[in-house]
Amino acid sequence: MENWLMLTLVGKDRPGIVAKISHALFEMKGNLGEASMTRLGGNFTIMLMVCIPESKTVVQEKLQNICDELELFFHLDAIEAGLHQHIEPDVRISIHGADQAGIVASATDALNKAGLNILNLESDVGGSSESPVYIMHIEGIAGKGFDAVEQALQALSRKKDVVARMTPIDTMVG
Amino acid sequence: MALLNILVYPDARLTKISRPVKEFSEDLRKFVRDLEEIFRSFPGCVGIAAPQVGRFERIILVDISDKPKHVNHGFLILINPEITFCEGSSLGREGCLSVPDYTGKVERAKSITLKALNQKGEKLEFQMSGYEARAVQHEIDHLDGKLFLDRLVSRRNALSKRVEIPAKP
Repeated sequence: MENWLMLTLVGKDRPGIVAKISHALFEMKGNLGEASMTRLGGNFTIMLMVCIPESKTVVQEKLQNICDELELFFHLDAIEAGLHQHIEPDVRISIHGADQAGIVASATDALNKAGLNILNLESDVGGSSESPVYIMHIEGIAGKGFDAVEQALQALSRKKDVVARMTPIDTMVG
Repeated sequence: MALLNILVYPDARLTKISRPVKEFSEDLRKFVRDLEEIFRSFPGCVGIAAPQVGRFERIILVDISDKPKHVNHGFLILINPEITFCEGSSLGREGCLSVPDYTGKVERAKSITLKALNQKGEKLEFQMSGYEARAVQHEIDHLDGKLFLDRLVSRRNALSKRVEIPAKP
């Protein structure tokens, strides 16, 4: 059985982090799977799957020095995982408006009740510091159909005074 | 007849450039029938190109008529297809028989003018847009040795900077 670990790294962003970490994992004969890295508020963040023959404890010890040197917090979990398990989203949702507390809570609560299973969520704060703008994009599966999602977004739009739209994703396979 | 096999990435043959069809013979019609047979064996698939089954000639099939909400021209057999005009751009999600278990966002021209020949070598011309135009562009790419992987738009940029604004009903 494959030994998959999920590695989470957070810290001050600087060039070369991914190269150093992936090199260290490669030296332990680790094989990287799916990963998601982004800068959040100036911080480096990554979550990555690695399939590795070493035990979690050994990997942890070896990564500790590198992460200390790079001033990164890290966290390692043994996970049940596998590749080739992608699920296709069938709807894309965009929400934007003046930044305010509670947009994500209201939106995700409404969408959950409307049967949406979120597969990807990305959000940003743009605009200026005087007038920040919140922008969120979600891709998911509309388990109770598009109408339920559309109605949830219309209600959200009125309640929070945001623009909330959905577009069905019709993947073209050729 | 036994179904043809689909070449799967990273098979290097998928990068070959296909040659134009010169002879509109019974052999061509037989191949098109075989290609259609394998095309129809993948439910949900809306197009196929000859090089995907290892025949490096400029032949594609497109049929999006199972997606009735998209305007379409029905089942198209397109020999030596050529896009002579394109306009606008749109972002959409694509997958491919030759790239299992992966889909991604790709920018394509929104509307195209397409010239091609039919199986008898007679000239065809179509104006098409949206989903059907996307399918044709995807299949013509196969003829030029390109996959949608060569045209992926990064996920984050696709979301934050190139949001598709759907038309208000």
